[in-house]
Amino acid sequence: MTDAIDGDWTPDRPIVSLMDVRKSFGDLEVLKGISFDVMKGEVICIIGPSGSGKSTLIRCINALNPIDSGSITVEGQEVNDPRLDKLELRKKVGMVFQQYNLFPHKTALENVMMAPVLVLKQDKASVERRARALVRKVRLEGKEDSFPGELSGGQQQRVAIARSLAMQPDIMLFDEVTAALDPETVKEVLVTIRELAEEGMTCMLVTHEMGFAREIADHIYFTDRGVIVEHGPPATFFDEAQDPRTQEFLSQIL
Amino acid sequence: MWDSIQKYFLDLAERDPTWNFIYIYDDKELERVLDGIWVTLELAVVCVLFSVAIGIVGAWLQGARSRLVQIVVQGYIQFFRNTPPLVQLLFFYFALGQFTPTFSPDGYLQQPIISNVGWAIISLSFFAGAFNIEIFRAGIEAVPQSTQEAAESLGMNRFQAYVYIVLPLAFRVSLPSLNNNLVNLVKTTTQALAIAVPELLYQLVSIYNDYSTSQNACMVLMFVVYITLVGVLVLGMNRWERRMQIPGYGG
Ligand SMILES: Nc1ncnc2c1ncn2[C@@H]1O[C@H](COP(=O)(O)OP(=O)(O)OP(=O)(O)O)[C@@H](O)[C@H]1O
Ligand SMILES: [Mg+2]
Repeated sequence: MTDAIDGDWTPDRPIVSLMDVRKSFGDLEVLKGISFDVMKGEVICIIGPSGSGKSTLIRCINALNPIDSGSITVEGQEVNDPRLDKLELRKKVGMVFQQYNLFPHKTALENVMMAPVLVLKQDKASVERRARALVRKVRLEGKEDSFPGELSGGQQQRVAIARSLAMQPDIMLFDEVTAALDPETVKEVLVTIRELAEEGMTCMLVTHEMGFAREIADHIYFTDRGVIVEHGPPATFFDEAQDPRTQEFLSQIL
Repeated sequence: MWDSIQKYFLDLAERDPTWNFIYIYDDKELERVLDGIWVTLELAVVCVLFSVAIGIVGAWLQGARSRLVQIVVQGYIQFFRNTPPLVQLLFFYFALGQFTPTFSPDGYLQQPIISNVGWAIISLSFFAGAFNIEIFRAGIEAVPQSTQEAAESLGMNRFQAYVYIVLPLAFRVSLPSLNNNLVNLVKTTTQALAIAVPELLYQLVSIYNDYSTSQNACMVLMFVVYITLVGVLVLGMNRWERRMQIPGYGG
């Protein structure tokens, strides 16, 4: 099936498609057959208890973790393929991490410019123009020349988002990007993500911010112990959860 | 000016033979000393550069996937770290030196392709390089895995991530230990004396063998030159360390 769409993906097909994805670390099976599709421009949220495999799932999508079996396609390209061109994949998929993971020896602007210049070999002057615009977009004008160590957590996270966007990805992955922030700064990061979503960026978020998920997501997936227990659009998901595990999780977190 | 200085030390040597600064008032000995300082400098600079290069490449190879490569690098480190540098020097020159090809520049005498200076450079660079690999590896291990993952997720390959992200960060962590090791290396260059490399110690020893009254003066010069040489190195390294400091990062 993947061969049929390989190379000639069109936007009416899922931009990301997971089929029976399985992944173990040693004896521990972390993903036990995950399947779902994401359409272009969709925003999906993955929620679930700690250790249920959310980070692993999201990392598999841009091949930071290899999977054991099943299939993940991104714009028709099979990720679970030894011949995978990782660079091609990572041009399409941007990722933002919980701990920001900025390059501490580079200024905010340099962090944003680095990959397009180095990896995409784009012209430095035009990359800089775009990078400055991105820094403005995440509302950090004036901080271009600051080093990550001189920025607050929320500011660093917005630099990280700008850094990802500089590669002009089609899909953005966010793994609990506000979990390390204090409540004050959570908002500024969420505002940035919401704007992205409104512009039509395909977003996959792992989050514990239920209010935000409810407001922004087109679809919510609840994972527990490596399976998707329940999923649905936010209204149905939050108000009419069927499975007792979902109900228990929601009652604890809401 | 120089004449009066030479005259002063000539008088001093006549008045008090335990302070015979022969290399100041005797132009021939002065030339030997200057030659010696030059060779010492050459040894120090070349060995520092080579040993740092060995450290960088070795640390990269240690992270290679191939088990064989890892074992070879580890074996190299163990050998050079756990044997005395003087023994290494003698081994390289006398044992390996026998097996290297020779050439004849004048058509009569056969000369080995690698001179004693060449062997000293090879041996000392490998000696200090073994330590540098360990020093850089410790620095690399201090760079969080997640920082490399961020580089990877931006499409960088392992080489790009190593050169542009991991090395610059690891280098900063490594600088204090590197500093120590390079100081050690510069001091160890004196052991090249054992294979007759005409560096400063070699020259001074021959001078006071020829003129035994110059021994004290030779010792003084030895200390002065090394204190200056190591001082400049340490000063440079400290300056570099400060310039490499990132605002808001680390200590
Ligand atoms: N590299 C790894 N090696 C071994 N085990 C791992 C590795 N990464 C994750 N795990 C294990 O896999 C399980 C799922 O981890 P994962 O990080 O995906 O959970 P999570 O849902 O993101 O949790 P959290 O909400 O705490 O971030 C955990 O039990 C974890 O210990
Ligand atoms: Mg996680």
